[in-house]
Amino acid sequence: MDRLPDRFSDWFARRGWQVHPHQRDMLARADAPALLLIAPTGGGKTLAGFLPTLVDLADTDHDGLHTLYISPLKALAADIKRNLTTPVTEMGLPIRIEDRTGDTSATRKKRQRADPPHILLTTPESLALLVSYEDAPRMFAGLKRVVVDEIHALSESKRGDQLMLALSRLQALCPDMRRVGLSATVEDPAAVASFLARHPDPCEILYADPGPDPDIAMLDTDAAPPWSGGGGRYAIPAVLEQVKAHKTTLIFHNTRAQAEIFFHELWLQNDDALPIGIHHGSLSREQRTRVEQAMVQGDLRAIVCTGSLDLGIDWGDVDLVIQIGAPKNVKRLVQRIGRANHRYNAPSKALLVPANRFEVVECVAALQAVKERDLDGDPRGPGPRDVLCQHILIRAAAGPFEATALYNEVKTAGAYASLTRAQFDACLDFVATGGYALRAYDQWKRLKQDPDGTWHLRDPRAAQRIRQNIGTIMDTDLLKVRMKNRRGGTPLGEIEEGFASTLTPGDTFLIGGQIVRYEGLREMVVEVTRRADKQPKIATFMGTKFATSTQLSERILRMFAQDDWPELPDPTRQWLHLQRDRSQLPQHDRILIESFPHDGREHTCVYGFAGRNAMQTLGLLLTARMEQQGLHPMGFVSTDYATLIWGLDTLVHPEPLFDRDGLRETFETWLAGNAVMKRTFKQSAVISGLIERTTRGQRKSGKQATFSADILYDVLHKYEPDHLLMDITREEALKGLVDFGRIEDMLMRTAGRVDHVVLDRVTPLAAPLFLEAGRVPVDGAATERLLAEEAQRLMDTAGLDMKPADEKRHWRVPY
Amino acid sequence: MNFVDVILQGVALRALGSGALSWPERRVLIVSDLHLGKSERMARRGGAMLPPYEARDTLLRLDAVLDATDPATVICLGDSLDDNAARAGLDDTEAQWIARMQAGRDWIWIAGNHDPAPSDLGGRALARVGIGPLTFRHIATPAPGEVSGHYHPKARLGVRGKSVSRPCFLHDDRHMILPAFGTYTGGLDWTAAPFAALMGDGACAILTGPRPCAVPLPRRRAA
Repeated sequence: MDRLPDRFSDWFARRGWQVHPHQRDMLARADAPALLLIAPTGGGKTLAGFLPTLVDLADTDHDGLHTLYISPLKALAADIKRNLTTPVTEMGLPIRIEDRTGDTSATRKKRQRADPPHILLTTPESLALLVSYEDAPRMFAGLKRVVVDEIHALSESKRGDQLMLALSRLQALCPDMRRVGLSATVEDPAAVASFLARHPDPCEILYADPGPDPDIAMLDTDAAPPWSGGGGRYAIPAVLEQVKAHKTTLIFHNTRAQAEIFFHELWLQNDDALPIGIHHGSLSREQRTRVEQAMVQGDLRAIVCTGSLDLGIDWGDVDLVIQIGAPKNVKRLVQRIGRANHRYNAPSKALLVPANRFEVVECVAALQAVKERDLDGDPRGPGPRDVLCQHILIRAAAGPFEATALYNEVKTAGAYASLTRAQFDACLDFVATGGYALRAYDQWKRLKQDPDGTWHLRDPRAAQRIRQNIGTIMDTDLLKVRMKNRRGGTPLGEIEEGFASTLTPGDTFLIGGQIVRYEGLREMVVEVTRRADKQPKIATFMGTKFATSTQLSERILRMFAQDDWPELPDPTRQWLHLQRDRSQLPQHDRILIESFPHDGREHTCVYGFAGRNAMQTLGLLLTARMEQQGLHPMGFVSTDYATLIWGLDTLVHPEPLFDRDGLRETFETWLAGNAVMKRTFKQSAVISGLIERTTRGQRKSGKQATFSADILYDVLHKYEPDHLLMDITREEALKGLVDFGRIEDMLMRTAGRVDHVVLDRVTPLAAPLFLEAGRVPVDGAATERLLAEEAQRLMDTAGLDMKPADEKRHWRVPY
Repeated sequence: MNFVDVILQGVALRALGSGALSWPERRVLIVSDLHLGKSERMARRGGAMLPPYEARDTLLRLDAVLDATDPATVICLGDSLDDNAARAGLDDTEAQWIARMQAGRDWIWIAGNHDPAPSDLGGRALARVGIGPLTFRHIATPAPGEVSGHYHPKARLGVRGKSVSRPCFLHDDRHMILPAFGTYTGGLDWTAAPFAALMGDGACAILTGPRPCAVPLPRRRAA
């Protein structure tokens, strides 16, 4: 199938389009069992993925489902449907295209299962659900191709792992199914190919012309960036100038909270009233849709946004991308830059705005990396077993199965290729019996084994519950925010339950660019009124704080080794020279530690360059060890590159603090009681099917039957710390927020080479840390003490504390 | 062990950090909603297979409270077993453990809405019991002087940007509602409607934990 049929070439010609070489190549290699296309944005990637399908369906009669398209975004599925319908209609092809997402109506979904379209556009979760039905073999019979869009994004998440497990099932049902992956530029194409492949078969990779280098620079501003912080507020006048000079600008931020603050400030200075919108994941769907539509219609000059606009929807004519704050990760920066200019072979234009002086260095390093096409990324490790547990449940919901056959299927997914039979059996046992050392549920097993060895659900009605819990996306506990009025009010978005619980009526916060006043909580909806205050209390959106990638950190350390920095703006250049005069600059293979007094406290600054999450963990561990040594640490603060600790006593011998075994041990103890572990446990417990998702309805009714996953964690930790789920939790926690791996890398890289510089005052490089937000007090009993203080305050305010003074003393008397 | 003193209808009570209530003068200890056998029931009904250690954990904590307070009378305010069939889910070790704790004590099982009072677990089974000016029952009525359970009240406080949630006692000068003592028990938010209806002015919550503390019960704003 290497020649484009006339009907197609005519259509291309009528549109005045050239067929791209990679689109031809995709057609030529249509029979490859798995094929990964790597192409920049605007390269006609989607059409390239569908051409073999369209050509095939144009020539032959096909009954039922021919091609399955999977994208990480519901909106993308709808968008692609529109884009595909155009050529299909214009060429008069006999092809039926439908999408199926969480938004599709129940009747339509039912009909799709009975009479599937030729091309079905869906998401990983909807596919997993389809695979869980007993009629899956009938629905997918005859399936020829699967197209996985934005596979680079999926390959980094559990959603992707779930998808590949679902495909392993489909492949067993349809042995001839061909796989196509469409990816943006990535650092390790082989890893994405391995993710897509049907193991042990290989997956070919096809590279489209990457196009011209992007036109990318730092934004010139009149004001120098501040010493610390992440807002980029100083650059607003210059950003507004750029918005005026371009057609449509995307202004990317690293966190939702920063996007909200920036948007608010931008409007305060937007004297020309340029139409500017905001878009991020915490806004209500109505709000987001409105912004998206305005953008497609070209009504907006700029959109302040976050990762919610990272992925591929074609939002009109964007000709400039501005990144506020250091990009932290070169690959993401390149993908964001690609959002500007969807015309193929025209350079994308982007500007970087460092939020503070240190980020100037990081931005320059990132610019160099982009120029050298040196992308970053960390290998993901073996497939998460909580997702595997869910897959086993899904398989059981679809009907009886054989353990060995399922194990062999699972191993065809790249992430699970090295899964041992023992690991698989442990997951199966967990799904079937809970996998406890105390065999409590033999009578009430979830899965039972027949004498012939096949497994099936003890209670067939359980299939329904399994289906309700499908998916790996975890809504953290979010509450809807509504404008208060008689008829229910406009939905504005969502905030975390934890944040909501810290609000008292009258507090103000930012959401969707407006300042609102908290009025109260009604049936689990946060009610607010509009408020024109100038100083809002900021919504603390969860949004991940990205850590600077290992590769980018290495680049910064290499820059530090230079004699001079002509590439840096003067203030930053002088700052680095001053640091070298006073103390020294951190080096790649050594740990620099500075100790100095400041403001009556002893300070110690550790330059580890291990990224924010790892430095945060390091801060917790070092202070714990300093506490043991009687150094009375009082608190610390961490950034991507350093941790600053303050306390009562001077640090004299830092080397023992970094003893690897000692740190490991402290880590193990600390980890067990850590909130990160509990949060990770909750996620893994839901994904693996130990506990069920709480639906909004259940929370609304405040049902007391649901209890916190923390209790289960504590119970397992106490009575069966080696349980499979505890093991999974540890594995997942170490990958994510705790990031202990990067601490170990740092220790390995520096191998005990510690430079301890003792000074009489703050050093230039440490100075910004004093202004950094997110200080962590060191006090194990902090919560109890704060709680008691708060209780006392509330009682005093309410005038309720009527206990006589002598009774109060009882508080301290042991019972 | 820490506690908060409470006067209910002239009786001096102590709300313990563990979630148990003590009446030192009469040597009475009250706990509510043990929900023993909950994990077994959930597995039986085809739901989650939770770590099967919850009865053990609940009994362990109850044993510790008994050790510390040495009461002559123990009152379990209902829902002691998670449902009628949960008795079968208790193994011999657990049943013997309960018998050991009962030795030398007047042990009263109040009937709950999940279970009638267990008949074969020793002690006495009653619908409710009155001692002095107080009545002990599972679900509160508007009558004054009632000590009850059933609702599993839970408090939530914002403390310097951090949200802390704890099972709690709720009381005013007429009623005392105990938190659930069982390990696998959720909670009903202290601002929920039933509490607003039962609790009068000056109502307080006592948050359980290593340092129990009293907090005024937030009033629901008129909607």
